[in-house]
Amino acid sequence: MKIWISQHFRTLIAVIARLARTPVASLFNIGVIGIALALPAGFYVGLFNLQGFSRELAADPQISLYLALDAGPADIAQIEKRLGQLPGVRKFRHISREQALSDIKNSTGMADVIASLGQNPLPDAFVIDAADNGTQALEKLRDEFSRWPKIAYAQLDTAWAQRLEAALRLGRLAVLILTTLLAFALVAVTFNTIRLQILTQRDEIEVSRLIGATDTFIRRPFLYFGALLGLAGALAAWAIIWASIYLLNSGLTDLLQLYGANFQLRHLNVDDSLSLLAFSAGLGWFGAWMSVNRYLSASTPR
Amino acid sequence: MIALSGVCKRYPGGYEALKNISFAINTGEMVFITGHSGAGKSTLLKLIAAIERPTSGSIVINGQNLGALRPGAIPFLRRNFGLIFQDHKLLFDRTLFDNVMLPLNIRGFDRREAQKRVRAALDKVGLLSREKAYPVTLSGGEQQRLCIARAIVHRPAILLADEPTGNLDAAYASDLGDLFTSFNQVGVTVIIATHDENLGDRLKPRAIVLNHGELAAS
Repeated sequence: MKIWISQHFRTLIAVIARLARTPVASLFNIGVIGIALALPAGFYVGLFNLQGFSRELAADPQISLYLALDAGPADIAQIEKRLGQLPGVRKFRHISREQALSDIKNSTGMADVIASLGQNPLPDAFVIDAADNGTQALEKLRDEFSRWPKIAYAQLDTAWAQRLEAALRLGRLAVLILTTLLAFALVAVTFNTIRLQILTQRDEIEVSRLIGATDTFIRRPFLYFGALLGLAGALAAWAIIWASIYLLNSGLTDLLQLYGANFQLRHLNVDDSLSLLAFSAGLGWFGAWMSVNRYLSASTPR
Repeated sequence: MIALSGVCKRYPGGYEALKNISFAINTGEMVFITGHSGAGKSTLLKLIAAIERPTSGSIVINGQNLGALRPGAIPFLRRNFGLIFQDHKLLFDRTLFDNVMLPLNIRGFDRREAQKRVRAALDKVGLLSREKAYPVTLSGGEQQRLCIARAIVHRPAILLADEPTGNLDAAYASDLGDLFTSFNQVGVTVIIATHDENLGDRLKPRAIVLNHGELAAS
């Protein structure tokens, strides 16, 4: 057991030494893998951020009722009463047109525009939380509201969130396709790199086999090499993504400050980072395994 | 004990290198396989070391039939052998020491024990003082001796040598003969394929003579 561990350890050291002996070639290889991985992983981070954003906003779907502009206090009281009796409504809030106007004045830089208007263009509104947040129940409620008198428009606030969700699903599919393609590229890169390694070490492999080396023994350093290449590539990808987010965040802060908002992109979390490393190392290992096996089976005497 | 019976080897294309060869070599024997160039000496050694497979016939080594061996078992069979190649097959990107270390690394020897053995093997062939040198700096005879050191470092039961005196001068050749005799004296089975008659005259071993792939005398 001790010998076995020391053999593996020595192999690892030898492989690291081999990577270090050809620094330029190693760096290019790692760079190619890093960039190939950074594309889908970066895309994933983007989606992940958008998703968090959409969750935050669409946490509780609401229905907004906009009343007709000629609705008077009596109409408002009537609607309030009906809402209070409707079982599908959990709670509701009245936003008067004066309040809406002052909200807009305070929250956006449109005070001048509003002031230039002769009259208040905003209607009275109700914001309603439904008892059942299922899409169908919400749509049924909305349809019912739109039939009521003095209601100009009933809007389901989740509609845009649903569209975003659908777009995100599409995005996730795109990430999956991209990942599959680039995983193939990663395997191809390690396959070829290992093939070249094998060619330069052909004599060593041949002699080793002649004097009793098992295939496992011959395969070992190449598998380590492939896995290490994948791992280093994943680290490069991680660094690329981290640096990109860092740069984007400082740009984003400047941009959003102009709109008085604050939003920061999140970095890859620990789980995702570890998955990235493991995934890439695994693919590197697999590429190496295919390459060595192909060589070994082609050179086995019959 | 090595026993061949009815061994034939035909290469793709129809060339028949060995025809119906049968003989046995006892443990601890020293045997020369001789014959003209192209008689099938090297092929015979390759078959015994399981580097090639016979077209027909059986080869049994220490009770193991090579034809029935799983591919995964062949490396372990080969560990019984010390192979001395005609073209040496040295690794030119490593030192003499590391060249001889290779068989022990493959067997997973303890590092300290392995170093001792490597030095002993290099000492045996007279190259200990140059352990840190690279094989390019060696003469032809020295490269041959390095190859021998690598073949014996793991103390094999059977030594297989293909034309060990191939391109050596007479003095070197007789040194090699003494070396092989000394291994044989400690119980190693030594099988040498050679057409060097001087070596045969000095050592007077049993001779297996091949003629155009057929057994002429054993």
